[in-house]
Amino acid sequence: MSDEMMLKQFQSRIDNGEKIEPGDPMPDAYRKTLLRQISQHAHSEVIGMQPEGNWVLRAPSLRAKKILLAKIQDEGGHGLYLYSAAESLGIDRDEMIGQLHAGKAKYSSVFNYPTLTWADIGAIGWLVDGAAIVNQTMLAKCSFGPYSRAMLRICKEEGFHQRQGYEIMARMMSGTAAQKEMAQDAMNRWWWPSLMMFGPHDTESVHSSESMKWKIKVESNDRLRQRFINRTVEQAHHIGLIVPDPLLKYNDQTMNWEAGPINWEEFYKVINGDGPCNHKRMLHHIKYHREGGWVRDAARAFAEKQQETADTSIY
Amino acid sequence: MGMNTNDNQFKQWEVFIQPRSGAPYEHAGSLHASDQQMALQNARDVYARRSEGRSIWVVPTVSIAATKPEDEAEFFDPAGDKLYRTPNFYKMPKGTTGL
Amino acid sequence: MTLNAALYNFCLRIADNNMILGQRLAEWCSKGPILEEDIALTNLSLDLFGEAESFYEYAAALDNHTKTADDIAFLRNERQYFNFLIVEQPNGDFAFTMMKQLLYACYARLLYSRLSDSKDERISGLSAKAVKEMRYHFRHSAEWIIRLGQGTELSKHKVQFALDELWRFTDDMFEMNETDEVLIEAGMSFNIKELYAEWREQVGDIFSQASLEIPEYHFDIKGGINGIHTEHLGHILCEMQYLQRAHPGATW
Repeated sequence: MSDEMMLKQFQSRIDNGEKIEPGDPMPDAYRKTLLRQISQHAHSEVIGMQPEGNWVLRAPSLRAKKILLAKIQDEGGHGLYLYSAAESLGIDRDEMIGQLHAGKAKYSSVFNYPTLTWADIGAIGWLVDGAAIVNQTMLAKCSFGPYSRAMLRICKEEGFHQRQGYEIMARMMSGTAAQKEMAQDAMNRWWWPSLMMFGPHDTESVHSSESMKWKIKVESNDRLRQRFINRTVEQAHHIGLIVPDPLLKYNDQTMNWEAGPINWEEFYKVINGDGPCNHKRMLHHIKYHREGGWVRDAARAFAEKQQETADTSIY
Repeated sequence: MGMNTNDNQFKQWEVFIQPRSGAPYEHAGSLHASDQQMALQNARDVYARRSEGRSIWVVPTVSIAATKPEDEAEFFDPAGDKLYRTPNFYKMPKGTTGL
Repeated sequence: MTLNAALYNFCLRIADNNMILGQRLAEWCSKGPILEEDIALTNLSLDLFGEAESFYEYAAALDNHTKTADDIAFLRNERQYFNFLIVEQPNGDFAFTMMKQLLYACYARLLYSRLSDSKDERISGLSAKAVKEMRYHFRHSAEWIIRLGQGTELSKHKVQFALDELWRFTDDMFEMNETDEVLIEAGMSFNIKELYAEWREQVGDIFSQASLEIPEYHFDIKGGINGIHTEHLGHILCEMQYLQRAHPGATW
């Protein structure tokens, strides 16, 4: 089959709403885009364990501790589902981790900000997970079967993540003056990074048009961002939080909350490695990956010995 | 990286979970484990955290044989015109009951 | 000591063990040797926090709810904690953590199994649930100890070191005090020392499968159930209780 024929057939399968499975013929660029996007998504889940993990030992109640731990565990599990989805395209997890450590694979920039107070745990759950859910609900409809299935499972499991974050914020906003101050401070620091999670404006986005054509994305960055803003602004007001955007206003015609300009300079700075925690996050991942090396070696050596015994046993 | 250039993330396994007694095992996803026993334990921790199952199978991914996309036509299309394998193909005399 | 006071102390002893070991395991978050194990370690930790909460809640009920479970967990100091010394020991490497887990889980499984017959219904109910969790903790840690013992030279060395270091804290788990006397009298608990032979046999079996040797020395350190701890506990509490202490009366 000629490349042109393949491309045409592929596009018509996409247009018919069929899901593409790993063994199916697909354009190289489709495979590459998916590999990049899914591995980046997987790394984000795993790196995202760090800022929240920073507060597990200090969670202020038994309930809060259990919830936070279960949530971080979910992130790990979701990283795992996503690594598996990427592996179905013929890459090893080893290789993906190698790319992450070499700085060739990125993860969501939002995790390069520090969690300074307990309120940050609320803000991450509510804003960061809230933004992620908007994006992931869209990705559950994407054309690549394994990615779409992973997203469905992830969306189902993350149902509680945003709610627990909002609950933390709501409790603090009805608490002491110090708690309210902490909550507002976290809101101020996490609002803009959350909006940046949707990526550059549609006019600036380098990967978007092809991704839309192939239904790797089914909605644009700006549309998803707007959906998130509309939901979140109302939630903030409901518990008395101020959205740190002096230009934010409601448009009666479009029924949208219109945000002021996003600081893209900061966005690119953090993406390119110069955020407050880029170095720390990466160092942590590399350190514990290396420290686990001897454990993995031991388990593998054990499995090999067992195999030998099994092969030579006479039943 | 570093000390572990041929680093290992263990081999890959496919996990099948039986959601309730008597139900068929359903594919839940994949994971990595060094051996069978660890694969079972990891499957429990990764795929049954929310009481999803009562029994687990794990199979090394390499042991699974799969049809290829180009097999689709010859494998599955021929079944399409054999409606006589289904009960509704047959016309029963009016008033027949118990069939 | 009244029966009620003895029950209260006993609940704290059990809850504190779970709380402190849960806290230690939670330190592994995002640091596991492989993603799957990170998730597994968190599951163990979550089981322990769940058990801690249940026993703290029972303690709060025994005290007529003058305090909440959180008050009991987050507002007691070092000398008021009754956990065993082994659970407060630092994690060390993966072999060290798994060894701690094995030695404790084997004990806890036997303990809860016996307590399932307690005349106190709530103790027996909570224990019947906990015994299932501890069976899994025992299995998971035992499988790892065997793999590390039979794995490479390095892993063998590390896991033997862990056993050599931690063995000194094991007698502490079989100590008893007035609390036990009162509860035994009332048929709510039993002579904990009766667990020793079975515990020793079961961990011994795993060690022989892992080709590990139990050290010969006998410098036991004891005192956990009487609130006499190693220096590590204070640091754990410092971190764990920080928010509750810094914002008295706040709800979270």
